[in-house]
Amino acid sequence: MIDGLELSKEFPVGLGLFRGKAILRAVDRVSIHLEQGETVALVGESGSGKSTLGRMLLGLLPPTAGTVRYEGADLATLKGAAWRRYRSEVQAVFQDTSASLNPRRTVEDAVAASLIFNLGMRAGAARAETGRILDRVGLDPGEFARRYPHQLSGGQRQRVGLARALASRPRLLVADEPVSALDVSVRAQVLKLMIALQAQDNLAMLFITHDLGVARWIARRVVVMYLGGVVEEGPTEDVFANPRHPYTRALIAAAPMPDPARARPVRALKGEIPSPLAPPSGCRFHPRCPIARPICSTQIPERITLPGRSGPQPAGGHVAACHFAAEDQET
Amino acid sequence: MTRPLLEIRHLVTQLRHEGKGWLPVVDDVSLRIDPGEVVGLVGESGCGKSMTAFSIMRLFPTPAARVASGQVLLKGRDLLALSADEMRQVRGAEVGMIFQDPSTFLDPLHTLGDQIAEPLRAHNIPGDPRARALELIDLMGLPDPPALARRYPHQVSGGQKQRALIATAMACSPSLLIADEPTTALDVTVQAQILDLMRDLRAKTGAAMLLITHDLGVVAEMCDRVYVMYAGKIVERNSTAQLFKSPRHPYTQGLLGSTLSLETSGRKLFAIPGSIPSATQMPAGCRFAPRCPIAADACRVATPELLPLDGGEAACHRLDQTAGDVWARTGEEARP
Repeated sequence: MIDGLELSKEFPVGLGLFRGKAILRAVDRVSIHLEQGETVALVGESGSGKSTLGRMLLGLLPPTAGTVRYEGADLATLKGAAWRRYRSEVQAVFQDTSASLNPRRTVEDAVAASLIFNLGMRAGAARAETGRILDRVGLDPGEFARRYPHQLSGGQRQRVGLARALASRPRLLVADEPVSALDVSVRAQVLKLMIALQAQDNLAMLFITHDLGVARWIARRVVVMYLGGVVEEGPTEDVFANPRHPYTRALIAAAPMPDPARARPVRALKGEIPSPLAPPSGCRFHPRCPIARPICSTQIPERITLPGRSGPQPAGGHVAACHFAAEDQET
Repeated sequence: MTRPLLEIRHLVTQLRHEGKGWLPVVDDVSLRIDPGEVVGLVGESGCGKSMTAFSIMRLFPTPAARVASGQVLLKGRDLLALSADEMRQVRGAEVGMIFQDPSTFLDPLHTLGDQIAEPLRAHNIPGDPRARALELIDLMGLPDPPALARRYPHQVSGGQKQRALIATAMACSPSLLIADEPTTALDVTVQAQILDLMRDLRAKTGAAMLLITHDLGVVAEMCDRVYVMYAGKIVERNSTAQLFKSPRHPYTQGLLGSTLSLETSGRKLFAIPGSIPSATQMPAGCRFAPRCPIAADACRVATPELLPLDGGEAACHRLDQTAGDVWARTGEEARP
């Protein structure tokens, strides 16, 4: 349904008054593909480029290179009605609802605006429809329709964010850390609501998160990014059961387990994420990699397709960008 | 029984709400930490866990907060009864504190070395503060201490800032380190490094820690014992092993069941209905009752007391019931 092909995004960054500009390559030749009804988790730490990639798919940022195809059509060529259709069918949910909701608009107005703008509804019809949508996201319209964002809890605000996204009858939801700001108990509510809505509407969802537990729970496929590039991707269970990139393994090992009987297996990864202004040569991960060899600092690793648990896989299989992905690795 | 290092007795801390007067955010909280022990205080936002820490330090982020009653005994001495000058001698010297966002607590105009040496000077610790600062930087696992000591906070990464902040907190070798969400703002791989560092520090210095967090994974990994806080009250406490093995309070059970970890795949995800009550609309009786799947009439009337249980304590009228099955039913919707 949506395809990102070899997408790159560069930002010029001012280094100071007399030092000119540098190029920050936030996303470097990343391809991503989503089918109708499919959830893909995009996982990475800060600076990995996961949000930038999401914004390119949303049409909020033009790629520096590469193309986004929606239903086969190049996004850059969409105009008029086709562009509007794309904008209403591809919707966003963001982490920080206090920034993404207008503080001077009631819940009802926020949702109705999307109905009026995207679907061309009249105000009266939009109002009735708003009530129905608020019901769907678990907010009683009688109680919440006239409230302003500051009169809502974080979980309720995120439900409004979902209601607004759903209003234009989207087919793809790009959710950027939608539950990261929420408390644990509320997070579970919102996640369950999201998968229920997704199933009802057969939505495709790109779920951007730094939280591996959430990614594993919600997505059928997972894409792991590091410093602007994809290091590993594949069916969620394959990637978590048999991670083939040392970074994926390090991420999994670093996640604290809510189980005191199970100590975190290995000592933490050394070093910190390098500046994307000066990414390392060769494999971007090599300065921190426990199994790096000389080739890693000189040669960019190819994407190696790995056999899945159920034998060789077609497109959408388990892929890792590591010189040694196919070898046995002990770390 | 060893003498506790820190003992909080029936602490009540209040916040002033416009038009509503002083309302408790920490309500009758008792907590003890033994020397060298790592104790977790876990709860969601607004439960009062950070205000408990601020009450120990007698430093509040807002003037609209006060300790109304209770005792905070550090090695038997009530910190709440100390004069402002005496309290200054305690902060930084006997009790160190670190926070979620190191940038807020490091001065952008001073080098890291100066800031790490500052508590040594303030508390007249014998020895050369500069040399000790370099030692501390090394102890924090930071590379090239002399170069790092000359840097300003904006010149180092988030993880390095948090290490520098821990160095300032540990400078005077306090017997207690209070860490309020020390890794929440950090990336996963950096969080793991900071947790490793804190474990090393505990082994090397023998300092006790009060770790305040919402993250049950961090608690499981770091703490000897845990207190679970909800809406200003301690609802359960026990050893970490026992609490995770058999949580008894319905809130603790719900919290554990709604935590997603890498092993949650295929497991049922609980969702606690409703949201955390605000201080101005605190429910009568048990504060968790409106969200509790096994609440009975009694729960909405009388506040449950903490009762001894499984070597710990839990405050629930329905301890004869188990909420686990009910929570599990709420988790029955299929996973994608």
